[in-house]
Amino acid sequence: MKYMLLIYNDPALEPAYGTPEFKEMMGGFFAANEKMAADGVLRGGEGLQGIETATSLRIKGGKVETMDGPFAETKEHLGGYYVIEVDNLDAALNYAALIPSAHFGTIEVRPLMDYNPAG
Amino acid sequence: MTQAASGALAVTKAITRLAREDRGRLLSALIAKLGDFSLAEEALQDAMVSAVEHWGRSGIPASPQGWLLSVANRKAIDRIRKGRTQARIARDLVPLLDDEAREDNRENDRDMIPDERLRLIFTCCHPAIEQKSQVALTLRTLGGLSTCEIARAFLDQEATMGQRLSRAKAKIAAARIPFAVPDSGEWQERLNAVLCVIYLIFNAGYTAGPTHGRDLADEAIWLARILNRLRPGDPEIEGCLALMLLTDARRAARLSEAGATVALAEQDRTRWNRGMIGEGVALVETALARGRPGPYQIKAAIAACHCEGDHSDWLQIAALYGVLATYEPTPIVRLNAAVARAEAGALAAAIAELDALEDDLDAYQPFHAARAELARRAGNMDAARHAYRRAVELAPSPADAAFLEGRLDTLHQKEKAEPSAPPHPSFTGG
Repeated sequence: MKYMLLIYNDPALEPAYGTPEFKEMMGGFFAANEKMAADGVLRGGEGLQGIETATSLRIKGGKVETMDGPFAETKEHLGGYYVIEVDNLDAALNYAALIPSAHFGTIEVRPLMDYNPAG
Repeated sequence: MTQAASGALAVTKAITRLAREDRGRLLSALIAKLGDFSLAEEALQDAMVSAVEHWGRSGIPASPQGWLLSVANRKAIDRIRKGRTQARIARDLVPLLDDEAREDNRENDRDMIPDERLRLIFTCCHPAIEQKSQVALTLRTLGGLSTCEIARAFLDQEATMGQRLSRAKAKIAAARIPFAVPDSGEWQERLNAVLCVIYLIFNAGYTAGPTHGRDLADEAIWLARILNRLRPGDPEIEGCLALMLLTDARRAARLSEAGATVALAEQDRTRWNRGMIGEGVALVETALARGRPGPYQIKAAIAACHCEGDHSDWLQIAALYGVLATYEPTPIVRLNAAVARAEAGALAAAIAELDALEDDLDAYQPFHAARAELARRAGNMDAARHAYRRAVELAPSPADAAFLEGRLDTLHQKEKAEPSAPPHPSFTGG
């Protein structure tokens, strides 16, 4: 079963570039990537640029409206994701716990929808 | 009564008993085989319906459990055939049909049915499920309570409770919550979640009493006994079971004829259930001797100190609360610790500790009841009256309100001799 691990955090709580904490976080992401790849469960994943680069769009009455900024005005923003394929939720949660930003943010674990036409 | 009518009655009784005692066992065996929570439930329901018909006609089989299990297995096959596309049928049916072929002897012995209830309870109490749903699922699947009974116990609408149960089951399937006993690294944390659910069920029953329907306190003790049998030698399981036995043993004495709460020190000890106390004390001693203490064992030891001898051993209780506070540094545990210290003689220190807890516990009725009693003992009647009034306002049940009104009255009658011991804050486990 495939799960997406959505990485949410408040940018203000992230360790600053160049500090030992930052180095530790990067090392943590590196280790998490390696472990997922080595276990053969990693199916994808990307980090996102900051919310200051985000543009949101919706269509109202046939007209496209674009807005500067992210969809939701919350403190914690989506910063990236992994897609992994594992047997069950417990296994997915174990991998989610490897993501270093869980120490100051939140990882949301969501099963992907199964479009298997044989289903 | 005619032959047919008495036969029908016997069948109905047998099925009701099976639904009560063996539902969890049958369901867990089916889930293990089918890998699908909802399908297992539906198939078992089909089999029960089928049993009413068949057993009424040809009598109750030698192994009703075996009969139900193999019929449920076939009902599941039917449902898969009906509900799924060809490709999935092939994949899902193969293991089931294998079982069918092997089960020539349908009336297999009950002991041959694998007991998968440990997996079932850990699935129901998985941390990915909201706690209230964990409680409901556990009562539904292991206890065999109906949705209506569960709704009544938790003052919910039946439809609301039904939706809660379906949502939880849908999440188990969609997020693929495993049907598994956690491994040793996660055991303690996951076990705590299970014990917490069982203890919540117990408290719901203990607070409400056996007013209508199933007695949830009995239900919780029954669940803990199963857990203790399936995973023997775990001191926290033993501690949780002991705690409930020692609390439940005092049930008959805890309300007066008028329905008011009776303080522990004033309870008629001859009305306590000695058999349950004996079992509870033995269990907690066994558990503590294993040398792996935990919060349930400590709470059970405290309950044992209240039950043994002619009066509570407050010095020992105060020391145990000190230990408990290292596991659960909550304001409620601190409150209980302070009351125990007051009982053991340190009144001034206890009052100071209660003053420090005011911000945290202002909305908690036992806090004000305890504060009132300690103020009364210290001779501060104005403070005592004020605190009793606050406690009456917050009383969760008429029995508690009646008890507190009684206390307030004795204060008004003014210091007649030395009144009785204080209301020990009802121990809710923090």
